[in-house]
Amino acid sequence: MRHIISVLLENEAGALSRVAGLFSARGYNIESLTVAPTDDPTLSRMTLVTIGSEEIIEQIKKQLNKLIDTVKLLDLTEGRHIEREMMLIKVRAAKEDREELKRLTEIFRAKIIDVTATSFVIELTGTSQKIDAFIQAVPEGLIVEVVRSGPIGIARGEKGLTL
Amino acid sequence: MRLSFITRGSAPFLVLDQTGRNPVAFPPFQPVLNGRPDPHACVGGRRGPCLGRRDRWRSPELELSGAEIIVQALIDEGVEYVFGYPGGAVLHTYDALFKQDKVKHILVRHEQAATHGADGYARATGRCGVALVTSGPGATNAITGIATAYMDSIPMVILSGQVPTPVIGSDAFQEVDTVGISRPCVKHNFLVRDVHDLALTIRKAFYIATSGRPGPVLVDIPKDVTDPNIKIPYHYPKEIKLRSYNPATKGHPGQIRKAVDVLLQAKRPVIYTGGGVILGEAAKALRELVDLLGYPITSTLMGLGAFPMTDPRFLGMLGMHGTYEANMAMHETDVLIAIGARFDDRVTGKIELFCPHATIIHIDVDPSSISKNVRVDVPIVGPVGNVLADMVRLIREAKAGPDQAALQEWWRQIEAWRGRQCLAYDRNSPLIKPQFAVETLYQVTGGDLYLTSDVGQHQMFAAQFYPFDEPRRWINSGGLGTMGFGLPAAMGVQLAFPEASVACISGEASILMCIQELATCKQYDLPVKIILLNNGYMGMVRQWQEFFYESRYAHSYVDALPDFVKLTESFGHVGMRVDQPGDLEGAMREAFAMKDRLVFLDIVVDPAENVYPMIEAGKGHHEMHLSPERELA
Repeated sequence: MRHIISVLLENEAGALSRVAGLFSARGYNIESLTVAPTDDPTLSRMTLVTIGSEEIIEQIKKQLNKLIDTVKLLDLTEGRHIEREMMLIKVRAAKEDREELKRLTEIFRAKIIDVTATSFVIELTGTSQKIDAFIQAVPEGLIVEVVRSGPIGIARGEKGLTL
Repeated sequence: MRLSFITRGSAPFLVLDQTGRNPVAFPPFQPVLNGRPDPHACVGGRRGPCLGRRDRWRSPELELSGAEIIVQALIDEGVEYVFGYPGGAVLHTYDALFKQDKVKHILVRHEQAATHGADGYARATGRCGVALVTSGPGATNAITGIATAYMDSIPMVILSGQVPTPVIGSDAFQEVDTVGISRPCVKHNFLVRDVHDLALTIRKAFYIATSGRPGPVLVDIPKDVTDPNIKIPYHYPKEIKLRSYNPATKGHPGQIRKAVDVLLQAKRPVIYTGGGVILGEAAKALRELVDLLGYPITSTLMGLGAFPMTDPRFLGMLGMHGTYEANMAMHETDVLIAIGARFDDRVTGKIELFCPHATIIHIDVDPSSISKNVRVDVPIVGPVGNVLADMVRLIREAKAGPDQAALQEWWRQIEAWRGRQCLAYDRNSPLIKPQFAVETLYQVTGGDLYLTSDVGQHQMFAAQFYPFDEPRRWINSGGLGTMGFGLPAAMGVQLAFPEASVACISGEASILMCIQELATCKQYDLPVKIILLNNGYMGMVRQWQEFFYESRYAHSYVDALPDFVKLTESFGHVGMRVDQPGDLEGAMREAFAMKDRLVFLDIVVDPAENVYPMIEAGKGHHEMHLSPERELA
């Protein structure tokens, strides 16, 4: 099953490599991983998406918790939560395609953030499925490149993953 | 006089004086410098204790260089011995070591031995071992010993030199990414980039290494951080708390109660203990539990000695080369309690066939050990000592004890399995049997021995035939299985206990992996006894090749062995060779009588002997092979 896990880490050099090393050393799957400092500059928040049986996910969480740099961990999948992913997509936008691409952008509530005579860069935020759907919807042959952030997530309600 | 507490610092208390207004130290402040009273310190003045800061209790400020901080921190940690080898990146540190005599440095002859030596010291004493190595090859050589300590959860701090910070990443001479290389085999590691972080980092390293589930912690220190010309105030915190690291200190009361209920209802119980009982200093609590319940107990290789092996309730070691009765009891048990053990594959055999009838209770301080390999019914996360003490209390309070009738029946069954005498061997052999050699070692030493081991057949024979009655007496590399561990580990043990008998059981293949340490033993007069079971083969490899590769002995025969007697003598020690069973006991007595000499006893043993019983990898506990003679019986 797919799990999205948030981890508060000490913002120390090497913390990320400890997590990456753990996943490769123990043979766990890692779908995506994003990390950046939080409002507290001594803490980083990492969101990772992984797939595995319940036993494996349990071990992944225990092993992550065991890392000395891990301050707190929350499996967002266990409760109601919100996920968002961001994509920057560069598309060929020649004359005949420009209108179609603009329409698509509107339908998905995306934004065109860079324009040249022959290309657009479109920014889109949403769930991973929505981003998949947008990529599907772009007429064939027009995609130049795709950059996805990997999902980030937060639990619904008033409780927060803080110290 | 009114004395009232206002706060409690890390060292003495601060209390109010008669006026009730002015804080004074209690007991009275005595400034200390280098462990001695400092006559130059001014008390109560600017350098005395001041209120209002968290570290309100401060000794007079010492200004130290990075190198001196390292040494002073080791002194403050109460470190007796540092096992190390100098090199370019640690020269400042060695200079600081040279200028004091509190911390003794043991010069090994290879950095692997520095880590094994520190490891042996830690296993025998329960204290933190310390190793000091230089950058690059010094650090990479140390890795085997670090991984050995990691797999067996041994508390150790490794200080490694690193190239100066400005050249890190430039492929400088003797540069290697030590933090990167060691990451998968340490509990944690640090790179200290600023001398101001040095003392605190070393304190953290010791705290992390020795608390919770222990393990090695490496501190990588660039040379410029130890610069003797840059001096900063030295402050070494006594207590430390890390927000991201809070090892369990107590087991969950509800879970403990549940476990006791399950235990007391057992009809065919087995207690399965591991190295965690020794690491957690829980041998006493374990003995109380067994006394109270009267249940059969078995142990992993790492846990031997936590419970007296000569006690009739002890079934012997379990697992791949465990006894018939221990493994059969595991297969038939209805309630298994695993204490400080981690369900290693050498213990479980095929997971699907592991304890098929059992409700499993598992006590471990490390949550990630629980349900990692085998799904557990009643998990208890906590230090084994505390949890066992709680269980003992609950069992005493319980209205009904164990089901004695069922227990009697269970013991009857176990005695029947025991009757198979799975460890019997040919006692009439004209050759020295390795089992006989170990039995003779036990007779000669009367069990009063610290025995380190290398890895292979001799290790298994020692585990089967030398009954340890106390913890920390059996010292071997269980998890990683590191050949070459035995001799340097024995050095660490002998340094910790100079008066004790310390022996290293080894094979002619293993011993050559760290043979250079005979020089270290000479330098520090370490009278270790080396009991070499010389069969001319890498015995365990040969055994597997015999069983599973139709006796094709690919490179398991050591064709050009040295003359161990001459070799030993060339290092300045005593060498002896025995090849007749009748001479063995005399030779051993002679060896152990030489209290102040290292004696290398080269014992020529039967080259064809195999370790039995044996469970092939991937088989269940009930699918043991006994020795050919036993199998027929």
